[in-house]
Amino acid sequence: MGQPRVIVIGAGPAGVRCAQTLVEAGLRPIVVDENRRDGGQIYRRQPDTFTRPYAKLYGTEAERAQALHASFDVLRARVDYMPETLAWNISEGNLHVTNNGRTRALPYDALVICSGATDRLMPVKGWHYAGTYSLGASQIALKAQACSIGRQVVFMGTGPLLYLVASQYVKAGANVAAVLDTSPLMRRVAALPKLLARPAVLRNGLALVSYLKRAGVQVLTGVTPVEITGSPENGVQGVVVRDRRGNERSFECDAVGMGYHLRPETQLADLARCAFRFDHETRQWLPEVGEDGRTSVPGVYLAGDGMKVLGADAAEIGGRLAALAVLKDFRFRVADEELRRLREEQAKMDSFRRGLAQAFPWPVEQAAALPDDAIVCRCEAITAGELRRTVCEMGAREANRAKALCRVGMGRCQGRYCGHAGAEVIAHAAGVPVEQVGRLRGQAPVKPLAIATYGEVE
Amino acid sequence: MIDNPRSTRGSTSRRFTRLAETDRPRVRIVIDGDVVDALAGDTLMVAVLNNARHLRESEFGDGRRAGFCLMGACQDCWVWTADGARLRACTSVVEQGMHIVTKQPEAAWANLA
Repeated sequence: MGQPRVIVIGAGPAGVRCAQTLVEAGLRPIVVDENRRDGGQIYRRQPDTFTRPYAKLYGTEAERAQALHASFDVLRARVDYMPETLAWNISEGNLHVTNNGRTRALPYDALVICSGATDRLMPVKGWHYAGTYSLGASQIALKAQACSIGRQVVFMGTGPLLYLVASQYVKAGANVAAVLDTSPLMRRVAALPKLLARPAVLRNGLALVSYLKRAGVQVLTGVTPVEITGSPENGVQGVVVRDRRGNERSFECDAVGMGYHLRPETQLADLARCAFRFDHETRQWLPEVGEDGRTSVPGVYLAGDGMKVLGADAAEIGGRLAALAVLKDFRFRVADEELRRLREEQAKMDSFRRGLAQAFPWPVEQAAALPDDAIVCRCEAITAGELRRTVCEMGAREANRAKALCRVGMGRCQGRYCGHAGAEVIAHAAGVPVEQVGRLRGQAPVKPLAIATYGEVE
Repeated sequence: MIDNPRSTRGSTSRRFTRLAETDRPRVRIVIDGDVVDALAGDTLMVAVLNNARHLRESEFGDGRRAGFCLMGACQDCWVWTADGARLRACTSVVEQGMHIVTKQPEAAWANLA
């Protein structure tokens, strides 16, 4: 038997370290990545014509970003790199990819999915107005394009990204009107023991908060979002929240960056028929993974935030672990010492992850409190009221059933931004635990493809 | 900040604000018939939103949209070229002479809501 054909999906921290480990073992993997350049979202590279130094772009993570980019620069000649290529289906040992309107089926013996994460969103009334962006989007605008999403920006939601993006905006000279965190401060105190698994990261996080306060930015914790005000023609004009004492507070702005931590991109794992389990701590369905990223399907492996949101450092470790798992399963020699060391490090990362989940919880109660006229599905402007009617009048108590009847999750984002909140709305309306509502099934193509896409004749 | 001498759109008619990297060659494009300037290396989204406050109209009657995720996941930033091709503005790179239309050229979809 020749060398196993290995495909790595994604060229972020997990994908790059995975590919590197495979190359070091003498393999030549295919690396499929949707982006124009390697780095993923977190270490996204700016265009070549831009001149900001690493320290300015990536702050405390500058060295890591530079190291990852340098590693991939060396790897490029030793892997089959397919940038700007969408992996959109998996069937019968083939990965279906499309690049520039041409589609191909790539056979594989081992597939490592490092698909990353997107922002996890809880709707608020008015979030469809132009000028509302995800936190990740706000960061990309700055990092990759040196732009602020508006002249006066409010950041709202919860999680480490909230403070990171807000402080990056302030440092870059943007006008940040307020940082509004739905998590109460006490949760952070309670989560400290777990967060101490990574003391340096905890210290960085605390430094961000004090930087924002020193810069004169209003930082409110324990808020309840009420509404993003604005108009269909002009977009966002302000944000209204209730503070932790229950008083209504209004902030004028022309842009909102919002997000509630992240959710893994699991559609490809789903299409590969990997088993999923419900994670009670974060209230979401995650692919079931065994040791080192092995899934329930032989030959399919997961690493990075696309498996479980552990962050960029853990993604690098996870990428290496998944590569070692592939190598082991194909009877290559693997240094057990290295495996042990990586697993130990990863255990700390997981402890920290659980601390974050505790400190910055997914605000379930907001789904229940969402007014009937608030839009849940931004793609097709479907309201919470319509979704509730589907549950209460048409008896849909399962996510895919409700989707079929009222189209929440059917739109062009394919449920990425409404799926989790939609499930909570259904669960509350039906009076059942959210895990009983199930999860939206992944559908191919995992992103819209032009009808004109054509197959390559080989 | 880029001043745009050819455009009649004032600073209140742009959504994004440039904070750095403004020393790049200019690229001229057309948005809904107006000739405007962008910068080489801009994504199409950044090029448009530094000259306008929206990218498209929602087909579902809830108003104007200006994108949401910037990472090719939400598909809220679709714009059209004058000859009817659809582009995802956040992952496309602006090119000199592009003609962009922020209204979907064919008949609007049925309102399914």
